[in-house]
Amino acid sequence: MSIASQLPVLPIIMPIMAAPVTLLLPKGRAPHLWACLFTWLTFAACIALFREVDMSGPISYHLGDWAPPIGIEYRIDLANALVLLLVSGIAALVMPFAYRSVQLEVDERQTPLFYGAMLICMTGLLGVTITGDAFNVFVFLEISSLSTYALIAMGARRDRRALTAAFNYLVMGTIGATFFVIGLGLLYQATGTLNMADLSKQLIGQDNRMVQAGFAFILVGMGLKLAMFPMHLWLPNAYTYAPSAVTAFIAATATKVAVYVIIRFFFSVFNFDFAFIGAAFTYVLLPLGLLGMFGASFVALFQEDVKRMLAYSSVAQIGYMLLGLSFATVEGLTASLVHIFNHALMKGALFMAVACVVLRAGSHSIHAFAGLSKRMPVTTWAFIISGLSLIGVPLTVGFISKWYLLNAAFAAGHWYAGFLIVASSLIALAYVGRVAEVMLLREPAEEGKYAMAKEEAPLSMLIPMWILVLANIYFGVRTDLTGDIATRAAEALMMAAGGAP
Amino acid sequence: MDWFDFILARYNYWIFILLMMIGLYIVFARGNLVKKIVGLNIFQTSVFIYYISIGKIFGGTAPIYMGDELDAASHHEPESGHGADAGAHGGETAHAAAEGAQSKIDNSALDHGDDLKETLHSKIDNNALDHGNDLKEALKSAPVSDEGASLHDLPDAGEKIANTLSHTDKTPPAPAPGIEFSPDGLHGAAGDAAHSAAEAAHGAMEAIVYTNPLPHVLILTAIVVGVATTAVGLALAVRIREAYGTIEEDELEAADDIAEFGHQAGVRAQQAAGSAA
Repeated sequence: MSIASQLPVLPIIMPIMAAPVTLLLPKGRAPHLWACLFTWLTFAACIALFREVDMSGPISYHLGDWAPPIGIEYRIDLANALVLLLVSGIAALVMPFAYRSVQLEVDERQTPLFYGAMLICMTGLLGVTITGDAFNVFVFLEISSLSTYALIAMGARRDRRALTAAFNYLVMGTIGATFFVIGLGLLYQATGTLNMADLSKQLIGQDNRMVQAGFAFILVGMGLKLAMFPMHLWLPNAYTYAPSAVTAFIAATATKVAVYVIIRFFFSVFNFDFAFIGAAFTYVLLPLGLLGMFGASFVALFQEDVKRMLAYSSVAQIGYMLLGLSFATVEGLTASLVHIFNHALMKGALFMAVACVVLRAGSHSIHAFAGLSKRMPVTTWAFIISGLSLIGVPLTVGFISKWYLLNAAFAAGHWYAGFLIVASSLIALAYVGRVAEVMLLREPAEEGKYAMAKEEAPLSMLIPMWILVLANIYFGVRTDLTGDIATRAAEALMMAAGGAP
Repeated sequence: MDWFDFILARYNYWIFILLMMIGLYIVFARGNLVKKIVGLNIFQTSVFIYYISIGKIFGGTAPIYMGDELDAASHHEPESGHGADAGAHGGETAHAAAEGAQSKIDNSALDHGDDLKETLHSKIDNNALDHGNDLKEALKSAPVSDEGASLHDLPDAGEKIANTLSHTDKTPPAPAPGIEFSPDGLHGAAGDAAHSAAEAAHGAMEAIVYTNPLPHVLILTAIVVGVATTAVGLALAVRIREAYGTIEEDELEAADDIAEFGHQAGVRAQQAAGSAA
């Protein structure tokens, strides 16, 4: 009974046990340091897990030593080890980053609650990723969602619209989660099991109405959670009015985890023997992905608020991920996984840069960015580099994502999708370029609402932000790291789904 | 009137669908935030009812384990703690096996096997609790606990159970009054499954029929989640009321529009139209 054999459960146990303790700590620095400590420990555990999976293959951990399919199983293969690493890594960077930003944006009495909720949110996201039990996914999903509602509402100190945004998200999120549960109920009725591996075995040959209905409920439910194009309406407000550190964290992780759940259910629970999977790919995910890419990018062009612009851009980027997996090939799935990872790096860095501006200028309107290069050059360049990454300029991770995606599109015979990907990148160039122009070429406001002193953001914010920016470049040059792992993960998933390799 | 029976026999699903639609309608159609939360609650409750109704077995009682069987099981085995534990474990495993039978029968003999299935289901369950230890052995030899697939392979598991029961003479086989068995009503795989399961159930005496406990457990979890969601939602409604002075959605929107544009959306257009007129 060594600690190493219990490793898979540590990323869940540690933060959830640590979260309530933050409430007992005195207000001020203590809850923050405590939360930092535990996110770093969790990150370390996830690195150890990833190394083990990378070396010796998938890990199966039986909670309470109850063997699956009766007990709950944690099952970690390369695909979710990558997502675990991503979620815990972003949390480990956002947590130290959050301190100054939270000091400004969140009521001081709420800070212990804030850090507690952040830890619980991270636990939920990690739990969704790590578990091999379908109902467990729902429970962890709601753990993360409930804490996210609370975190978004904490932005009410600066703007009361955070409250209505959180409320709308709560209604939409709960409908999504309940749809997911209905889907699980139908699958349970058809199979009598909830373990994912067991479900996929029991579902073989069961192409009946009940399974189809279950699939549809799961797709719509998760579609609401991941802000699939026509169901994204909760997202822009929630991201805009949440405290900046929260936006940086959830924009980089929450929707990615939901995309991961879709991938897990499509490839590991259902498989290509079901005709409706192919239909869902061709008639739902592909068109909605394309529509999301264009519709949301186009709306992003006209936003006066940089945070809201980036939120719409997130919806568009989710379109890329859905597009990748809708090709139902190893290349497409690889592109999706790579983009899940890379998009988290770029959006994390971008929202962190916005948080720095909010700290100094007190606003995330585009007017606050005027002449920023003269006042906060370090932040400006962080924004521009990660913006270039968002567009997909070579030597950044964005280029790698687009490259894989284009390859997959042409290999799958969807050449028009390839052109549309490039076209939507041009829209991204327009909306990032607009902010860059304002930052670099405009004169800073001397007086009035947006006037501010020439002062760079504190180091506690600059360092995590620049780590993410450098990661954007590093993983853009060392493509073998993410590309190789994503390819292996995609091959394993495709093999399980019985598709053509 | 076949279709009428068809509809009537599935009344639990109709209740579920009706409640679900009422709940969703309230969420979408009502502007009051508290009413929206109430709608959300009705929607969630409909799912609870759905889950619980699929776990229900006619004539079944709540899945609460009474002490008698536990004592009996521990008498068979000197190491009582272990025995009880194994009993519970075996019970669950066999239960899962029975569930497999349920779905098998469901698929192929939906029309004939209904009542029989329920009885068998409970019988095996009960049996398993009585003979947890022996069953555990039997089920171990069948590759049950490791591979999910075999759990659902009832003919196999059922035979094993039957064998074990006939080997151990701990309970004298007695006529099982609960089972009314009509062989001609069963065909093919369902017949086989039911047959071996019936043999397994043969040793059972007083049948305590339990409903499937797993949906209850799932729904207990979902209820906790639902209560938490309601609490967060109502807390948000309170904060919104403090910040805006109202919880009506259209008034909230108007307040936001006035704060952002200095006038209500559409009002300026109306004014322009008015002045033009």
